[in-house]
Amino acid sequence: MAFSLLEGNEATAWGAVGAGCRFFAGYPITPATSIFEAMLELLPPLGGICLQGEDEIASIGACLGASMAGLKVMTATSGPGLSLYSEHISFAIGGEIPIVIVDVQRLGPSTGSATRGADGDVQFMRWGCSGGLPVIVLAPVDARDCFLLTWHAFNLAEEYRCPVFIASNKEIGLTKESVDLEALPRPPIIDRAAPPPGRPFLPFETPPDRLTPYFLPIGGKVLVRQTSSTHGPDGYITTNHEEIARSQDRLEKKLLAAVSRFTFYEEYLEAKAETLILCYGVTARAAKDVYQKRKEQGRPVSLLILKTLWPTPEDLIKEKTRGAKNILVVEMNLGQIVREIRRVIPEKRVEFLGRMDGRLVPPARIEEMIRRVQSTE
Amino acid sequence: MVMVSDIGCSGLFDTFFNTHAFHGLHGRALTYATGLKLARPDLKVVVTMGDGGIGIGGAHILSACRRNLDLTLLILNNFNFGMTGGQFSATTPPDAVVSSGFLNRLEFPIDICQAARAAGATYLARCSGFHKDLSGVMEGALRHEGFALVDIWGLCPGRYTGRNKLTPRAIEEGLTRLPPVAGPVEENAGKEYGRHYRELAAALQPASPPASIDKILDPPEKVRSEVMILGDAGQRIITAGEILCRAGLTAGLRVTQKNEYNITVLRGPSISEVILSPREIGFTGLERPNVVLALGREGVQRRSVLFERLGPETLIIQAQGLNLPSTRAEVRRMDFRGQKIKSNDWALAALAVLAGMNRILSPEMLKAAIKIRFAGEALESARKLIDKMV
Repeated sequence: MAFSLLEGNEATAWGAVGAGCRFFAGYPITPATSIFEAMLELLPPLGGICLQGEDEIASIGACLGASMAGLKVMTATSGPGLSLYSEHISFAIGGEIPIVIVDVQRLGPSTGSATRGADGDVQFMRWGCSGGLPVIVLAPVDARDCFLLTWHAFNLAEEYRCPVFIASNKEIGLTKESVDLEALPRPPIIDRAAPPPGRPFLPFETPPDRLTPYFLPIGGKVLVRQTSSTHGPDGYITTNHEEIARSQDRLEKKLLAAVSRFTFYEEYLEAKAETLILCYGVTARAAKDVYQKRKEQGRPVSLLILKTLWPTPEDLIKEKTRGAKNILVVEMNLGQIVREIRRVIPEKRVEFLGRMDGRLVPPARIEEMIRRVQSTE
Repeated sequence: MVMVSDIGCSGLFDTFFNTHAFHGLHGRALTYATGLKLARPDLKVVVTMGDGGIGIGGAHILSACRRNLDLTLLILNNFNFGMTGGQFSATTPPDAVVSSGFLNRLEFPIDICQAARAAGATYLARCSGFHKDLSGVMEGALRHEGFALVDIWGLCPGRYTGRNKLTPRAIEEGLTRLPPVAGPVEENAGKEYGRHYRELAAALQPASPPASIDKILDPPEKVRSEVMILGDAGQRIITAGEILCRAGLTAGLRVTQKNEYNITVLRGPSISEVILSPREIGFTGLERPNVVLALGREGVQRRSVLFERLGPETLIIQAQGLNLPSTRAEVRRMDFRGQKIKSNDWALAALAVLAGMNRILSPEMLKAAIKIRFAGEALESARKLIDKMV
């Protein structure tokens, strides 16, 4: 077993290229810039394209064009850039354009602190679009996850034709660690599905057994239309309310009905534990230390680490929290995913521990909170 | 061929053609066009925007000019935002009557061709939408290999001409009042972006994955160790952290390295927090450093509260001359300056001192690490420094 030293951002880039990404466009922004730098080293020699856009809007716009031309595309930014991506995220949702978007979150609001971490954008990734239709958001814990979940993100973007976010964090993206590169799984690669021959092609038509339209590239032999306007199956503007309603339903159901197929998580359930820590991202590293220590001391807690944040994996949350008396949600923000947890398991006692001050939540604070939660019985 | 359209009345343009079509957001048409053309160089990409789109998309026009990617931009310029009710655009004359009240009287209308020329456009044309040889003008632009911009002036019967006396003749007259543009812009001639990109990319070597480091040594300590390196920007603190990590890998340890620094370039503190452990590492912050390398004033100041919490089991290697807050930790002062060691070598020197004590890392681990990290002259001087300090 030999290790390589790499940071989360590098791992993200390697995972992207492994999954077939051949187009990256981005604007430099701390702490995401090293993803652009890695893609700039990786893509051109492979015949891929790496573009430094004049701004974030141009970068994600170029990604959407290249994706409709058939390439697997990625862009990477932090909070201030995500704000600029918003209109194009909405377009990618409505136009069903596959794209992977990495947000290496930093302390906000706004410009905030470029060199400090936070998980302050986890709701923004889901709701920072007009219309509020669902997207997929995956949350890596460490460099290994950055590789693997980015790879999965591309597969999901292809399968569901939607934006897939990687909710990273400065504390993951710019932390170097030992990774056994050879042992990293390389999942099979999924490509967007082309239509079976025999029917005239309608770009947004779906047969009864599919929720995702077949894809043909702009530039191929069959003419393809793409539009940000409300459209019918033919890609032209529609004003037919029934048609619009059907389409919106399908866009929503496309992801919500399928979430069990891409619910990534780690679980450490202890039958004797009355408290379950529920967390995601870099905070999970501290939570694991607490879990380990308490298990060794014979005063166990359970631990559930979410790696799919959106759509909310409701079934998973309900199932895994069933056995615990108290749920302690820990986040590197002032409480965002905890809102979903409380919504999904309203009958449970859900406590929250968080901070958004540029510092990690350390094991000692989680420990302290567990003691407080368990003593108020 | 693909028609890429923008928002507004001109945004319906793609629906008049039996081609591939991409109708996107306001001002952003050139961004999609860029992605499409880079992905499919053999695709003819034609972009239409109104005078509305060129306002909001100004930055993208300038960038398209600078890049000279083979796109053709047709600006359908009718001097107002027609679709939203006739507000002024970037090209509306100050004396026009529009739906923005008196506001257009306050803004100067842009000559987009002059702006494009200044930004490096290699092909510019301007004419009336009623021009007898409009197709010829368009053909010239379409055939140009590079970015071509055509500013086509027209009438907006829905909103503009109801309140303003604009006719085809008035348009012809207006055109003569601006500096002429007639096709290729000689002073801006240059390589087409896509072709040039592919040419440069073809000369590049494929990237190799990060080097895998085998365990070839045994560590002096088989427990989790935390090392905090405190210094100033420019002291190669982060490099030292990486070297320490690599040293750990040569002994089969797992490592993490987390750095802190300000946004200012080459100024302020530089802090590296390294953990080495035989087990998988969870939390990446340092709770109880075993060793602190105190090498720079800014770094020490940034973490000043740490010092009073340290106990005698912690070792601090301190650069002589630095003031430390009071602490119960064991302090070893090193006169790096007196030994004529440059400030940006103090971190490596401190690691060598540590290795000489067989604390955290052995001299062999350190030497193996610098072999991985440095080459040539840099490796030689690193070796010399380590031999001196160990």
